[in-house]
Amino acid sequence: MIILQHLLNGLRLGSIYALIALGYSMVYGIILLLNFAHGDIIMVGGYIALIIIGAGISPAIAVILSIVGCVLLACMIEKVAYKPLRQAPRISLLITAIGVSFFLENVAQLIWGADPRSFPYTTIIPSINYEIAGLKISLATILTIVVAVASMVVLTILVQKTRMGKAMRAVSEDMGAAQLMGINVNATITFTFAIGAALAGIGAILYCCYVPQVKPTTGYLLGIKAFVAAVLGGIGSIPGAMLGGFAIGMAEVAVNALGLSSWTDAVVYVVLIVVLLVKPTGFMGRSLNEKV
Amino acid sequence: MKKSFRFSVPTRYIINFGLTALFIICGTLIVNGGAFKRATNAIILQIGIYIILTVSLNMVTGYLGQLPLGHAGFMAVGAYTGAILWKATAAMPCWVSILLGLIAAGLMAAVFGVLIGIPALRLKGDYLAIITLGFGEIIRICIINLAGITGGTPGLLNIPKYSSFFVVFTAAAITCYVIHTIMHSRHGRAILAIRENEIAADACGINLTYYKVFTFAVSAFFAGVAGALFAGFQGSLFPKSFDFMASINILVMVVLGGMGSMLGSVVAATVLTALPLVLQGLSEYRMVIYSLLLIIVMIFKPSGLMGKYDFSLTGIIEDAINGRLFRKKRKEGAENE
Repeated sequence: MIILQHLLNGLRLGSIYALIALGYSMVYGIILLLNFAHGDIIMVGGYIALIIIGAGISPAIAVILSIVGCVLLACMIEKVAYKPLRQAPRISLLITAIGVSFFLENVAQLIWGADPRSFPYTTIIPSINYEIAGLKISLATILTIVVAVASMVVLTILVQKTRMGKAMRAVSEDMGAAQLMGINVNATITFTFAIGAALAGIGAILYCCYVPQVKPTTGYLLGIKAFVAAVLGGIGSIPGAMLGGFAIGMAEVAVNALGLSSWTDAVVYVVLIVVLLVKPTGFMGRSLNEKV
Repeated sequence: MKKSFRFSVPTRYIINFGLTALFIICGTLIVNGGAFKRATNAIILQIGIYIILTVSLNMVTGYLGQLPLGHAGFMAVGAYTGAILWKATAAMPCWVSILLGLIAAGLMAAVFGVLIGIPALRLKGDYLAIITLGFGEIIRICIINLAGITGGTPGLLNIPKYSSFFVVFTAAAITCYVIHTIMHSRHGRAILAIRENEIAADACGINLTYYKVFTFAVSAFFAGVAGALFAGFQGSLFPKSFDFMASINILVMVVLGGMGSMLGSVVAATVLTALPLVLQGLSEYRMVIYSLLLIIVMIFKPSGLMGKYDFSLTGIIEDAINGRLFRKKRKEGAENE
């Protein structure tokens, strides 16, 4: 029974990682950029929700506004920092992404201070516990898993069935050829960032309810873990990101359950290193061959 | 046409060595003479330490063209090795102890460099960056958890303060000399060839893995030395000093100075370390300014402030003697007429 309880916890954490990993995966799939700022967008989303709820406005509006805020922020970052570097070497793009991530972290620290603030999670999701056959399930756990799975289903439909999704797949296949076919590449890339950020916004609320606190460095470790999840599942693949997210969440909960909580982060990095060395394409990724 | 004046190679060495020695001796006299405030002295020592870190990271980022994000990890290995050894050998004469500590710190970091480099360098670009980040963090987590040896989060205290101006800047000069010499040998040309085009370099018979691991190890060696100097400068060590932020700090200096320019690295390390001294009211904005600088430099001048330019002291003196210091350089072909 206790194993099932941990399993449930792992599912909850894993579905949050999966949501965030999707943002990484999609952006990487389309412009081959490891968007370090993705985690920090989540942190900003958390603070937005915190402030709006603190002002006494209803939590539903807070959730929507924080998702909108994340989307706007991501589009702005893409326009200002990444777009001028589209033709630049990959290393410049990566350094810029690190710069953006640090900028967000430090600005947040200036505005809101370095100390963690507790997140009013009960106003967003009331703390109700159900008991099914001796298993304690909180409403938050059910909601997290349901919302995450629903988001992924919507995303899959979006990518596979709509015109924009087709454009996204085309651009990630071959940017030059897509442009020749009359696809607006810039708009498609911005749209991808926006979708990734919307998922990050949802992830932000769910994560802040889980922890439950926000601090300027929230995004850093979360971003790394989500990235590990994306790599584990195969970067660029949507089902892969979900699978990777669940795997990392489970692994983390398992390590904690064994009483080794100070080693949790190390385990995540070890998983990352092993995956990169043994199967860099992950569970479901396709391999890219370098051309001369 | 008159043949322009050139120094012979031994003369160049003597001039460079003499000027460096003069700088170190004068610096030691001035700093020990108490010409500056304590805070200024501390910044000067930090500049020396950061010069070593930046020049060593530049070797991997600028010359080899890879992007490791775990430089602080090597620094941590060196720092703890040096500090523990120094504490153990405190009874020995201080020179023996310092030398032993620095060399052991460097070697230990180089061993880690090889251990991490062999698997990590199989990957490229972003994956290399992220795997070195992972290794760097694992080193830090191990330091926190192995509290019996490293003191854990409360820190390692009472380390002998061995990092004087003389020690730090001699180490910095040796670092620059060794890396400069490597880069101007055939090994250096091989490393540059890998940066320019890995596949072409491979086709020319350059052993990619060997040179990558070699560069990584040399870079880690000096990062370790810098770490030990950092320990000797602070007198105490905390795992928090070696987090991801620290690696980025060094990276900012390399990028700002120009990836592939040793002069750029030295200038950027000096300016950015001295910056808080000048902008005292802005200390809380420092990291914001750093990150903005990083973005702006990447967008407007991706090659950094110095590009790949490197200067030579004797070259400048030669130009002055030939009376064309401020004139445009003539093409090489014209001189042979």
